Amino acid sequence: MKNIHRFLLIFFLALNVMPVFASGDEHAEPASQETHEKEKFEPGNFIMDHIADSYDWHVFSVGDFHATMPLPVIVYSQHSGFHMFMSSNFHHGHSVYEGFSIANEGEYRGKVVEMVNGHEVRPFDISMTKNVVAMLISMVILLWVFISVAKSYTRRKGKAPVGLQSFVEPIIIFIRDEIAKPAIGEKTYAKYMPYLLTIFFFIWLNNLMGMVPFLPGGANVTGNITITMVLALFTFVITSVNANKSYWKHIVNTPGVPWWLKFPVPLMPLVEVMGVFTKPFVLMVRLFANITAGHMIVLAFVSLIFIFGQISPGLGYGTSVVSVLFVVFMDMLELLVALIQAYVFTLLSALYFGMATEEHH
Amino acid sequence: MGLVTPELGTFIWMLLAFAIVLFILKKFAWKPILSALKEREDSIEGALRSAERAKEEMAALQADNERILQEARKEREAMLKEAKEMGSKLVSEAKQKATLEADKVIESARINIESEKSAALNEIKAQVALLSVEIAEKILRQQFADDQQQKDYFKKLMDEVKLN
Repeated sequence: MKNIHRFLLIFFLALNVMPVFASGDEHAEPASQETHEKEKFEPGNFIMDHIADSYDWHVFSVGDFHATMPLPVIVYSQHSGFHMFMSSNFHHGHSVYEGFSIANEGEYRGKVVEMVNGHEVRPFDISMTKNVVAMLISMVILLWVFISVAKSYTRRKGKAPVGLQSFVEPIIIFIRDEIAKPAIGEKTYAKYMPYLLTIFFFIWLNNLMGMVPFLPGGANVTGNITITMVLALFTFVITSVNANKSYWKHIVNTPGVPWWLKFPVPLMPLVEVMGVFTKPFVLMVRLFANITAGHMIVLAFVSLIFIFGQISPGLGYGTSVVSVLFVVFMDMLELLVALIQAYVFTLLSALYFGMATEEHH
Repeated sequence: MGLVTPELGTFIWMLLAFAIVLFILKKFAWKPILSALKEREDSIEGALRSAERAKEEMAALQADNERILQEARKEREAMLKEAKEMGSKLVSEAKQKATLEADKVIESARINIESEKSAALNEIKAQVALLSVEIAEKILRQQFADDQQQKDYFKKLMDEVKLN
């Protein structure tokens, strides 16, 4: 979350001019009091802009100065072909570059669009957005942490764990003994351990990094539906690929159900087939919704300060005290949610694997 | 709404990155970590098991020792008892023998005394016979000296003898 650096800003801005940074079209405007006072603070946009993905990585803003890290924009357009340039060419969404711009309104708000015959057309967009870069950073951290831990395991064979090893070891053992073994079964659990460990640590790390308001963190990776979709897709594919005959038989011809539920109208098989897809779908939505909701609440508390600050600066100061307290409380809760959601995703994936490979007698 | 619409670009990046990271972590992190953990747990379990076994062996050994000690104690008691019995038997036997011997000695002493006594009596009898002969000689001499006197004397002697 960006909340903490937002707080610093709040105090800066409360001292200067209140809603300067809010909706981002202060570009090239003289910082005159009048224009800014007219500009209305919109908490909806403010929150969405912080939760949504973006083409550059905002670090901090002081007044009209925005420190951002530009990221590569990679697009393929059916009209103008392949393009690759840095997002700084958009000048925070105010310039058109090579025919591309960032939409301010409408369906594609915040996305790169190409104007074709007066219509906004979305190109094939594989830009390294903030979420992608944050995800890649977290991947690098995961690789670095666990390969170094693995090295210390091979170096100090059979000895008690030290350092990072002793931090991750109980978690690994927990996932093995409390999630994988009971959910999948003693015989087959080992095959799924690498995946379960990877998703657990990936989700947990990204949940935590999402709470860190400054650069390596601050991106809403696990609160991005695409990311959670890929994770759920992996669980779905692993479940389906490893599923045994009895799993499919249960779907096509569920035992213990009256025949008229299966024939002539295959009601039960239909429900079961839907269940195959709803399981990963629910995984995807749960993680996305939990993390996004947490961020939204925190941002909503921050927005309160600006809403009241617009009425009068004094009220804004007063609200900030309450808001900060609530945000601290929410962050504590989010810390817990970060772990719980990683645990739930891992546990449910393990349960699905267990269901798919269960031996029926 | 943009928030719940999956993005193709993010999807491709995530799919690639996650698959690669999963593969690398599986090969270079999870495998060595999990196998090291398993190895360590196995060795700990093995050590615990062997400790348990050693404990059991120790207990068995102790029980064995206890049993042997008990047996030794019993044996000692039996031996002591036997010795005691033997001793008392010996003593009683000796006593019996001694009484027997003593009886024998007494008997022989008695026989001896008896024979001594009879010998002594025999001697006395012989002495008396001798004396009688001497007396008879003396009487005979006196008789030869004076007939009357002899007669008297003889008479007197006879009386004396009667007195004896």
